[in-house]
Amino acid sequence: MTSVGSTALTSSLPPPLATEAKLSIEGVRAWFGSLEVLHGIDMPIADRSVTAIIGPSGCGKSTLIRSVNRMHELTDGARLEGKITLDGIDVYGRDVDPVLLRRRVGMVFQKPNPFPSMSVRDNVLSGLRLTGGLSAVRPDEIVEKALRDAALWDEVKDRLDKPGIGLSGGQQQRLCIARSLAVSPEVLLMDEPCSALDPIATSRIEDLIHSLKETYTIAIVTHNMQQAARVSDYTAFLLGGELVEFSETNRLFTSPRDSRTEDYITGKFG
Amino acid sequence: MTARAEPRRAPGPPGPRRVPATPPLTAFAATSGTRHNRLSEHVFYVIALAAVLLPLLVLLGMLVGVTITGSERLSWDFITSFPSRKPALAGILPGLLGSFYLMVLTALIALPLGVGAAIHLEEYGKRSRVSRLIELNIANLAGVPSIVYGLLGLDLFVRTLQLGRSLIAGACTLSLLVLPMVVMVSREALRTVPQHLREASYALGATRWSTIRQIVLPMAYPGILTGAILALSRAIGETAPLVVVGALTYITFVPDGIDAPFTALPIQIFNWVSRPQHGFVVNAAAGIVVLLFTMLLLNGGAIYLRNRLQKKGTA
Repeated sequence: MTSVGSTALTSSLPPPLATEAKLSIEGVRAWFGSLEVLHGIDMPIADRSVTAIIGPSGCGKSTLIRSVNRMHELTDGARLEGKITLDGIDVYGRDVDPVLLRRRVGMVFQKPNPFPSMSVRDNVLSGLRLTGGLSAVRPDEIVEKALRDAALWDEVKDRLDKPGIGLSGGQQQRLCIARSLAVSPEVLLMDEPCSALDPIATSRIEDLIHSLKETYTIAIVTHNMQQAARVSDYTAFLLGGELVEFSETNRLFTSPRDSRTEDYITGKFG
Repeated sequence: MTARAEPRRAPGPPGPRRVPATPPLTAFAATSGTRHNRLSEHVFYVIALAAVLLPLLVLLGMLVGVTITGSERLSWDFITSFPSRKPALAGILPGLLGSFYLMVLTALIALPLGVGAAIHLEEYGKRSRVSRLIELNIANLAGVPSIVYGLLGLDLFVRTLQLGRSLIAGACTLSLLVLPMVVMVSREALRTVPQHLREASYALGATRWSTIRQIVLPMAYPGILTGAILALSRAIGETAPLVVVGALTYITFVPDGIDAPFTALPIQIFNWVSRPQHGFVVNAAAGIVVLLFTMLLLNGGAIYLRNRLQKKGTA
């Protein structure tokens, strides 16, 4: 059933991406214990652009994004089938070390989670300390660059030694983004990064996503359709663990092909 | 926190926030606090106060009694002298040093083992059936009478491993005794570290071990240390297992190595109490004061250390 859905999808589509795919998700099924939460997902994630994954709560969008950097398997009883390739290499391949994969695929979580015992500076450097990569480089430059890239430098440059959890929620989230950027990943996964933030902080993060896509491949999970429309180039709509529709964001929101997509984006359910 | 940067969860559009009119406090109190509520509030307060004061009073009475009885012998000489047949000359030096060495050795053995076991159970073997079985057994072991540990120590360390009636045999036995407690408290401490911080670390490409070492352990240290303090306090106060393992009651030398025969404060006290002469009873009282003071000192030091770590951990 899932394979039928996915072949139908790919055959009915023109080649969906303007740029080449950085990541390719092929036939991914995922379980928590005996509960199947993803029923075979096929979609690309385009290089240096923003791909939004939308859908109602419990549709499996977080699981999908967490399977890309192999965070899904850290949960007890979690299981996965299928293939996800990064630059053509299967991340679930036998010789792939998930630890090394996660250095190339960074992640920002729903709740801002800076390390509470660390200063702003140490939070930015934490990735390098944790991966043992700090010795070779000049830390001050890294801190400044990551914080500038995360559009946080001007706000925190005078309190780099203050605790990271002393910042406001939106600043904390940008600190977490800076922390991810400091280990220079190629892909940035964002799991509802703005759902705990107020509108002003949210718009700052959205601006940031806009500038980050010059350098990074970004996949963002959101339950906020306006946000998906604002920030993304491509959008995938998930429902009940299946990919209902994937296309360019403009097209998905203006002329959805599937009636369920239309119902969802016009607010008939979810 | 600067005001210009993103006010946290601003509820409405930016601008002066409207403050809803609050009823005066007196009116509020009059409507919500009925007489019955206030009475039960009062009763509960008194019960809670009594629960605090009663044990404290009993303890204080004991302390005062012991201090008065032992006061005539409490002196620097008492602390630096060896036991003697004449109560007025007897001192507590071997017991004091013995207890100190025992505690240091026990800490060196039990803490790495216990914390290591806790890390394994909590961070690696999470929620498997074996892990749950082990957890249950550890909880049971914590309730086993200390004399049983003494017998185990006698057979295992003194006889089978031929450590003899030595400091190290005593310390190993005490380590067994406190190990379950160390494991349980350490697991509890590890559990208080939020899962999302581990995830944040993994997502940065950290290995399990560097996550544990750099993120989890620093946050769990205060809790682990609290458990260690409690466990070691218990170890230093234990008598029964040491008697079984063969702590001596009359030694006129200071232990000169981990394989040396030893005695400990509680054993010295126990020995003196069971003598008929009044002088020895006084000595026992003085010994108790020394023991309590030592424990106070150790606990105080450990709590100071913990608070410093805690400040470093969250500041």
